[in-house]
Amino acid sequence: MTVLTVPMADAGPADVTRRTRVLRRLRRNPLAVVSFVVLALVAVLALLSPWIAPYSVDQTDFARTFAPPGTPGHVLGTDDLGRDVLSRIMLGARASLQVGILAVATSLVIGVPLGLAAGYFRAWDAVISRFTDLLLAFPFLIMAVGLAAIRGASLGNAAVAIGIAQIPGVIRVVRSDTLRLKSLDFVAAAVVDGASDLWVLAKHILPNATSVILVQATVAIPAAILGEAVLSFLGLGIQPPAPSLGTMLATAQQFAARAPWAAVLPGVVIMGLALAFNVFGDALRDALDPKGDRR
Amino acid sequence: MARYLLTRAWQSALTLLLSTIVVFFGVRALPGDPALALAGEDRSPEALDAIRRHYGLDQSLPVQFAQYVERMAQGDFGVSIRTGTPVSSMLTTALPVTAELAVLAILLATALGVGAGVLAAVRRGRPAEWLANGLALIGLSVPHFWLGLLAILYLSVATGLFPASGFVPILEDPVDNLHHIVLPAVILGTGLAAIIMRQTRSAMLDSLSSDYVRTAKAKGLRPRAVITQHALRNSLIVVVTVVGLQLGGLISGAVVTEQIFGLPGFGKMTIDAVFQRDYPVIQAVVLLTATAYIVINFLVDLLYSVIDPRIRVTGDPA
Repeated sequence: MTVLTVPMADAGPADVTRRTRVLRRLRRNPLAVVSFVVLALVAVLALLSPWIAPYSVDQTDFARTFAPPGTPGHVLGTDDLGRDVLSRIMLGARASLQVGILAVATSLVIGVPLGLAAGYFRAWDAVISRFTDLLLAFPFLIMAVGLAAIRGASLGNAAVAIGIAQIPGVIRVVRSDTLRLKSLDFVAAAVVDGASDLWVLAKHILPNATSVILVQATVAIPAAILGEAVLSFLGLGIQPPAPSLGTMLATAQQFAARAPWAAVLPGVVIMGLALAFNVFGDALRDALDPKGDRR
Repeated sequence: MARYLLTRAWQSALTLLLSTIVVFFGVRALPGDPALALAGEDRSPEALDAIRRHYGLDQSLPVQFAQYVERMAQGDFGVSIRTGTPVSSMLTTALPVTAELAVLAILLATALGVGAGVLAAVRRGRPAEWLANGLALIGLSVPHFWLGLLAILYLSVATGLFPASGFVPILEDPVDNLHHIVLPAVILGTGLAAIIMRQTRSAMLDSLSSDYVRTAKAKGLRPRAVITQHALRNSLIVVVTVVGLQLGGLISGAVVTEQIFGLPGFGKMTIDAVFQRDYPVIQAVVLLTATAYIVINFLVDLLYSVIDPRIRVTGDPA
């Protein structure tokens, strides 16, 4: 922050320069560019997969089960029911992204307001802290087990379980950023000016907290993707015959003796997705770091 | 410090009470009549009545809750619907397996994570840092159950170096026990190692640029001594913090790892219970995990204030 950019309520030009600086830093980081391109490609493929996948995901071919990768007509081979592996991986990645985004959206919708309240209102802090402790006491898998017992296993319930488990992380970062922003002069100025608490939170604190929320979301999505894979692998997530990378691995474990290669690809795709998000998240955090080019 | 610990103790007790309430109502939200769920095979009206009386299901909710807490505190988690054995005795055979797996994984992750983190911080900007950073990112992104699957396929089945599944109690044959549990522990430890590495690296970078390290260097201390005596001391705090924070992830990871390697621990018991709709077992598992989480994190806080003098003085975690 330079001396000249006074962080007042409508710091328009300063905001613009900050955004261009962050974007410039991202563009100059090759890891950020590569991971962003990978994510963009995957997102496009995932969006279009129902139309561009070579086969329907449910199309079985019992004459050609466990075709190895490289089989004509099935580039990545077929599974135990003769379904095309490439098509199922494409739609499985789509489901992974869906759960990732759904889970993180759940955690943000609940976590951001609670984090703001905990950081801004002293009286709420203790109550919300106990709520956070309570959530933390139920690890995501145990939460998923409980939800599956009560409501049955499904993509939605898996996403909710993962999302609930991610709420404490959101509350923590939003709370600490709110505490920091609250002590700055422009917030005090707004309060003196007679702005209501809600106005200050919505107009001054939340917009300035977006960067930490963005970073938190970027690292929470890969965690959610891994969570979905685990739950589906255990049978607590996406239910067959719907395609999921996790269930593909469960099937592969079952038929490991006949088709050991089937265990490789879905895992590589999960790892690639999570890695791209994590690398981009790291780059984003570095680019947003006001301390500059500390790496 | 006494005040800080007292506050933490009170907070932990409150969280424990709240989580018990959550589980109590969670059990009531289960589909179907709880008496029916508890009855198992014998579903005659007399049997159901007996169960309702035994579990106080005919009483008011507050009374039921009080009785519930009393039963849980005595370790009476009911009887497994599927096997007919008391849930408490299932737990006594399953928990040591998971505890051993978790302790081994934490030890491995600490050795690996602290080592790589220190290396990355000291060799800043060199290939060693890139390698350590890259491995940590991969460790954060790889699905560990998949690593386990590959390890079984390519290390156990193909080469026979490790058993693919099963377990031997440590008291029966310590060597064979280790042989069975080392691969699962490595798999479970990798994710934790990645997190410890990243935290250690950033803590080391902070302390390496701090005044007290500059002073130590200025008075002519050898670089190795600076690192081990001054900078590294802080990484102990990092490890304790990370293990406390990641305990939930470790429990979740243990469940999956046990499932893949067929270890007869807490995790396998949990997953089996879900698919068999063995509600008394599920309830015990959920309640026990929450209790373990709360108690261990309280202990971590105690340990924390022992290791870090700053907390003892200010009464506030840094």
